[in-house]
Amino acid sequence: MNYEDYEVAVIGGGHAGIEAALASARLGCKTVIFAINLDSVGNCPCNPSIGGTAKGHLVKEIDAIGGEMGKTADECFLQSRMLNLGKGPAVHSLRVQIDRNKYKETMKHKLELQKNLFLKQAEIISIIKDDKNNKWVLKSMNNVVYKVDSTIIATGTFLRGKVFVGDVSYESGPDGVFPSIFLSDSLRNMGIKLKRFKTGTPARVLKSSIDFSKLEVQLGDDKIVPFSYETKELKENKVNCYISWTNDKTKKVILENLHKAPMYSGKIEGIGPRYCPSIEDKIVRFPDKERHQLFIEPCGINTEEMYLQGMSTSLPEEVQVEMYRTINGLENVQIMRPAYAIEYDVVDTTELYSTLEFKKFEKLYGAGQFNGSSGYEEAAAQGLIAGINAALKVKGEEPLILDRGSSYIGTLIDDLVTKGVNDPYRMMTSRSEYRLVLRQDNADERLTPLGWKIGLIKEKTWNGFCFRRALKENELERIKSTIIFPSKELNDMIVSRETSPITTPTKIIDLLKRPQLSYNDLAPFDSTRPKIDESIFEKVEIEVKYEGYINRQNRQIHEMRRLESRILPLDLDYSSIKGLRLEAIEKLNKIRPINIGQASRISGVSPADISVILIWLSSKSKEGKAL
Amino acid sequence: MRGVFYKNMNTIAAISTANGIGGIGVIRISGKSAVEIADKVFIPFDGVSRLSSLKGYTAKYGKVIKDGKFIDEAIALVFKAPHSYTGEDVVEISCHGGLYVTRQVLRTVLDAGASLANPGEFTKRAFLNGKIDLSQAEAVMDIISAKSEHANVIAFSQKEGSVSKKVRQLKDELLDISAGLSVWADYPEEDIPQINEKVLNTHLKKINEEIFKMIENYDLCAVLKEGVKTVIIGRPNVGKSTLMNLISGTDKSIVTEIAGTTRDIVEETVMIGDIPILLVDTAGIRVTEDIVEKIGVEKAKNCMKSADIVLAVFDASKSLTDEDEDLLNSCDIGKTVIVLNKVDLGIRLNMEELSTFSDRIVEMSVINGEGIESLRKVLEEIIGLSKFEPYQASISNERQLLALKKAKAIIEEAINDVNRGITLDAITVLLEDAVKAIMELTGENTSEEVINKVFSKFCVGK
Repeated sequence: MNYEDYEVAVIGGGHAGIEAALASARLGCKTVIFAINLDSVGNCPCNPSIGGTAKGHLVKEIDAIGGEMGKTADECFLQSRMLNLGKGPAVHSLRVQIDRNKYKETMKHKLELQKNLFLKQAEIISIIKDDKNNKWVLKSMNNVVYKVDSTIIATGTFLRGKVFVGDVSYESGPDGVFPSIFLSDSLRNMGIKLKRFKTGTPARVLKSSIDFSKLEVQLGDDKIVPFSYETKELKENKVNCYISWTNDKTKKVILENLHKAPMYSGKIEGIGPRYCPSIEDKIVRFPDKERHQLFIEPCGINTEEMYLQGMSTSLPEEVQVEMYRTINGLENVQIMRPAYAIEYDVVDTTELYSTLEFKKFEKLYGAGQFNGSSGYEEAAAQGLIAGINAALKVKGEEPLILDRGSSYIGTLIDDLVTKGVNDPYRMMTSRSEYRLVLRQDNADERLTPLGWKIGLIKEKTWNGFCFRRALKENELERIKSTIIFPSKELNDMIVSRETSPITTPTKIIDLLKRPQLSYNDLAPFDSTRPKIDESIFEKVEIEVKYEGYINRQNRQIHEMRRLESRILPLDLDYSSIKGLRLEAIEKLNKIRPINIGQASRISGVSPADISVILIWLSSKSKEGKAL
Repeated sequence: MRGVFYKNMNTIAAISTANGIGGIGVIRISGKSAVEIADKVFIPFDGVSRLSSLKGYTAKYGKVIKDGKFIDEAIALVFKAPHSYTGEDVVEISCHGGLYVTRQVLRTVLDAGASLANPGEFTKRAFLNGKIDLSQAEAVMDIISAKSEHANVIAFSQKEGSVSKKVRQLKDELLDISAGLSVWADYPEEDIPQINEKVLNTHLKKINEEIFKMIENYDLCAVLKEGVKTVIIGRPNVGKSTLMNLISGTDKSIVTEIAGTTRDIVEETVMIGDIPILLVDTAGIRVTEDIVEKIGVEKAKNCMKSADIVLAVFDASKSLTDEDEDLLNSCDIGKTVIVLNKVDLGIRLNMEELSTFSDRIVEMSVINGEGIESLRKVLEEIIGLSKFEPYQASISNERQLLALKKAKAIIEEAINDVNRGITLDAITVLLEDAVKAIMELTGENTSEEVINKVFSKFCVGK
């Protein structure tokens, strides 16, 4: 049966699928999004929080381009914390605890309300290319056939999902939802290589079974900053989080039962994330560490489920109870949802372009955990880019490629498609070499013009952005020309900040350049300061204080872009270039970099190989051949 | 196409021992057809086996023949790829030394299908095949051109990887710090001891010190490889050319009674101990109307400026002239040795006045060869050879020096900024640039290292 065709189809209604579908529909493409169960659209099957180090940057960037995650997180926030305050602007990262039920309800409703977008409960079991009509033909479990121009695969942990709890294992998606079993075979038949990754989640426990008097409280920030530039104001934190630690008894229970964990008995073949090890992994890999920290976080307002962050495990349920109950405050804990590990199929991302389109299959895209990443934010970021590019291609427009100098999103995608991944990929600030430029405070300046250009940014948002930008530039001009005169009060303050007093009239900008002096410090002496949003002062202060670093990084970005502009032919057979090492030939032939910059980032391609390619390129251009 | 290497690399051959020296000569053949080619020219004495049937690391005793004619007895050593110096199939034919025989064997091998290797081509292949890293490859090039024994020791210690080892160590230390800072930035809520400014500064200073030592050692290495430019100057006819001839053991400079005989620069490389010295004889410095001599005098003055060591020669049997004093005043005392010649004629010169200029005074009677040992000792002292430890990691070319200097400058900037109160997120960027600069030394290129360190060293993750 074939009853309706679409321009873009998105398989999967998780964080990647949602952004992909919304972007595509907002760019004017008739879009369908499939989820195995509509009640799990926008689900957060692991931690009840959005953001965190570097992940907060991703959410800000998604918002700046016109994505949805930041706005929904703001709407559903329970507690907000700006991490790393006092550690420098490059590593400030926002994280909010969210009400997970409200989050998925909100997201689902946004999908339903979106013009051009159609949400359907269906398991897609096969995907075939109809070359004659240049369409992808998707078939659902109910034998419905959909003919579409472009398809985005965002299957998350559903694809051939398998859950492990001790020696028990069964086919399942996350949170007890059906897995997607048949689509894997269909992809394999097309010649797409799939591998297995694994991840895990801790137990959800009953709030009333926890003795909070024994726990350390973690409060939210007094000053609450939203993710989205469109969110006006967020009132107060609604919940607290709590901290406890494992101890010798916990360690003993784990070590005595280690053989029952499927990772150690060899039952799981998938590769787990290094940054998010199970508690048994932590105990085994770091035997000298006496205790491990855990956070106890509420899952929502209308639920008593609490999440035990840091305590993911695949030990049998009875061992989980025993283990959790060794922990201070959890002596009588009642498990509601047991911890489990889940194994799933992922693609080799070196088979994708930076647009997230498959190199071998036109108008087929991958996004999210299917691409070997991990985390809601990483998934959403890719979903947004895949959705934008699927739509732009259908419309016959130029693709959107974000490079490493533009964003964490660009860095994430470049890492995936250039280096590939060997374990689930988590974003970290240390993954960006340009982190002084890619800050969360300037995400809008970096990306909103792009979002506006492709048409995802609404006029109102754009005007707001232009206004902020003008305010910032005016303020920069003002402090460059405004002078403060030396006075006893001023110099007392300056000396109290352990820096040298001034003897002559001094421009505000020159005082602000000193690491010891802040905007607030200077307020009493700055009579012409305008009454504008504090975030503008923050931006200006960062740009002034880190000017040297920012300029340095901008030069590096410029150099990187110069290499990126040396385009490599996609059909180039690297074995025909004399002088390349065998390893380099193999890697280059596999990854088929689009430019010299990307080629230089492939592991196994040495600077000597790059010189060889450059020599080859220049000799080719001398021969006058088109590249 | 210049500078292009080979994928299906042709088979190359060359004499790999020094010309005419030593009891045996070795012809190295490397490439896909190395064994096949060797089989054409080398017949084992056992009469049955072929080199192509041998395993790697095996030798055969036999003869080299050309057009059926016997050329020499030889031993052929077979290496199979990738277990060879170049990473390709390699056959080394050791024959009786001597230029003539060795060349004939090479000629035979070339006739059998090999092409003559360019200088350094074996090493280039070893590098391209990943057998050695760039700094090792460069060290091999240095061995080939090393001018003295000391230089050879430096070159060898680098080939064995002492630079690579030292650089790896530096890189590891920087990566450790970066990993610590990465955890500081990316895992703020973990109960992991957090790095602070003080600890960071201590680490950085230590690394800076290590790089400083490597750079300092470099200058000595450069001296050893390129020779010490030593300029002999003095008033006409004080015995400069005789000194030149005495040190060099040749009669390169024409010696006459007539002042102003040497009108141009005369150069000679000689060894003092293990140190190569580029000895430069100059025209005597005096006020002259002779145009040719005048140019010579100008040249001598310029030469003095660019010299590492100046040997200022004076006639001890006469008192100091105005010209002598002018000369003394124009000398850079730090690099000057005063040579008092003709002491056998009795010292009439005011020693007290001279010793106010320099305490490096050597008394000689050049014509009789007296005092040459004292001069050698003073020279060795100036060059600092006694302080030099050739087995320490030392870097051996300008590219490497530049990379280290770059790293050092960045680390100094980092230390300075930490002290200035700049937040550590900015410092991380500098450290990564320093690591990158250091990685350039070995031609490595990796960005995942910090992250790998994080996960192997720290228990992080929620």
